[in-house]
Amino acid sequence: MVDNMTKHYGKLRALDGVSLEIRRGTVLALLGPNGAGKTTLVRILAGLIRPDSGFGSVAGFDVVRNRTGLRNAIGLAGQFAAVDQLLTGRENLELVGRLYHLGRKVSRERASALLQRFDLSEAADRMVKTFSGGMRRRLDLAASLIANPRVLFLDEPTTGLDPASRKDLWDMIRSLVEDGTTVLLTTQYMEEADQLADDIVVLDRGQVIAQGSAAELKARIGGQFLSVRLNDRGALNQAAEALSSYVDETPHVDEASVEISVAITNGGRRLAGIIRDFDEAGIEISEIGIRQPTLDEVFLSLTGQTAESAASPNGTGEGV
Amino acid sequence: MASNTLVQSRLPNFVKGELRWFIPDVAAMTMRNVLRYRRSPDLLVFATIQPVIFVLLFTFVFGGAIQTVTDNYIDYLLPGILVQTSLFGATNTGFGLAQDITSGLVDRYRSLPMARSAVIAGRILADTLRNLFVITLMIGVGYALGFRFHTGIGYAIGVVATLALFSHAFSWISAFIGISLNDAETVQVAGFVWLFPLTFMSSAFVPVATMPDWLQVVAQVNPVTVTVDALRAMSLGFGEIWGNLWQTFAWAVGIIVVFASLAITRYRRLT
Ligand SMILES: Nc1ncnc2c1ncn2[C@@H]1O[C@H](COP(=O)(O)OP(=O)(O)OP(=O)(O)O)[C@@H](O)[C@H]1O
Ligand SMILES: [Mg+2]
Repeated sequence: MVDNMTKHYGKLRALDGVSLEIRRGTVLALLGPNGAGKTTLVRILAGLIRPDSGFGSVAGFDVVRNRTGLRNAIGLAGQFAAVDQLLTGRENLELVGRLYHLGRKVSRERASALLQRFDLSEAADRMVKTFSGGMRRRLDLAASLIANPRVLFLDEPTTGLDPASRKDLWDMIRSLVEDGTTVLLTTQYMEEADQLADDIVVLDRGQVIAQGSAAELKARIGGQFLSVRLNDRGALNQAAEALSSYVDETPHVDEASVEISVAITNGGRRLAGIIRDFDEAGIEISEIGIRQPTLDEVFLSLTGQTAESAASPNGTGEGV
Repeated sequence: MASNTLVQSRLPNFVKGELRWFIPDVAAMTMRNVLRYRRSPDLLVFATIQPVIFVLLFTFVFGGAIQTVTDNYIDYLLPGILVQTSLFGATNTGFGLAQDITSGLVDRYRSLPMARSAVIAGRILADTLRNLFVITLMIGVGYALGFRFHTGIGYAIGVVATLALFSHAFSWISAFIGISLNDAETVQVAGFVWLFPLTFMSSAFVPVATMPDWLQVVAQVNPVTVTVDALRAMSLGFGEIWGNLWQTFAWAVGIIVVFASLAITRYRRLT
């Protein structure tokens, strides 16, 4: 679908030879820190900007040469909600429906159905300027769905949503995919990519640094992470020592938050043993858990750099 | 039918889409923009109060000082103020487009299979309607202050139609500026740079004959002058109607052709 795509802004290489493929009816997550080039790639694929070189096709349409076909096949929810403040929620959706040439009647029906589905029925006839940020976000997503697009682009769709709305949206994306929609979404959260995506592409400074299914990627980066917070800062080193028989890598010790984190396999099964060991050694645990790696940890294991220093090579490196 | 298909199949997809959907898409976008104007009354109120204040100020402040061909300064003044208002009203187009670009709405429109030019054309049509409304209102205020059409209802309609054409043409210039600068504040400031010379180096407020020679040359070809003169001729019943009207028309068509293609090209190349 995308082959050797590049895009420069002046001297800056926003995309530097990106190639990837999305299988029909699956979800591909583009994972990357700020400035990685996620939005740039989405905008090229949605036909909004031209690449400097490289080839891209979506639903069989060349993203440069056949934009008319492309636009009929896609839905786009950009990084920032593009909804009209002075129109009501319903008017916004109906307008987009009409501009997809669905006809008035179908536009109206689809708008009502989507308002219901996105839990906006009550606010539907209020002007959008009275909406909360999360409501605008949901309305924007609804607008991208109005024409039942075959391919859906979602640029950081859950940024700004509360946890409940985020879960709802995940469910909604899953059900769209069940109905055959292909989804490309960008995210900064490994957890989100893991929850939704069949394939994950990790993007950094315009380049693909890793690519594969969630399982493959997790196998590469250790899959789960163990994090332990202690009560006593002085016991950190002793605790890290005690963990060594359970993990392969050297644990990352964060003095400031009195926390240790490390990649772990079969974390759930090993947890009991770890707790017992700590107990016997007299190390007091304040919190312990197995979790998905953060974007930082993904980057640490893929590049040996944290996401933050990767994004800004000479950055100030505030606490990671 | 057969030849129609043949012609269509030779056209690039872009042009086909434009032709097929231009009217419905412009209608949808015009409706959207009119709704927006109705819901931001502050804008409309402001846009009406300002020209009304102008009418009052000019009539009472300059009314005694400026010698014109009419007994009644307002008969002379109102056509000038109407053209000025249409011109300033046209700057809303660029401002609104720039706002839509920065707010990301244009990104959404550009991802839709709609006619490209409808975003601009729908905006301009709404702005023209809004200008018509303001113009009608101002003519009403003018009447209260003693302005009269010394001709007939046909000419009065001609005046309003000419103003609509004039504001429509300048909306395309404004659209081009709005899309090129794509920052609402800059567009507003930029507006004053070309609007003030255009209105004041014309016959809008004072007779051209009272200006220095070099300025007369500029003022005489100024589209504002020919339009104002056409309107005066139509409302006062003397002076040259067709000569001026013809030039107004030529200016309008020329501006629309040049700036519509510039604006639409710019729009398609937005990044
Ligand atoms: N219009 C533009 N002009 C100049 N530089 C740009 C432009 N758009 C993006 N860039 C630059 O290109 C790089 C990639 O930006 P992009 O928006 O694609 O990143 P992103 O991965 O979406 O980041 P974020 O997570 O912050 O949204 C950044 O360094 C950005 O500054
Ligand atoms: Mg982005």
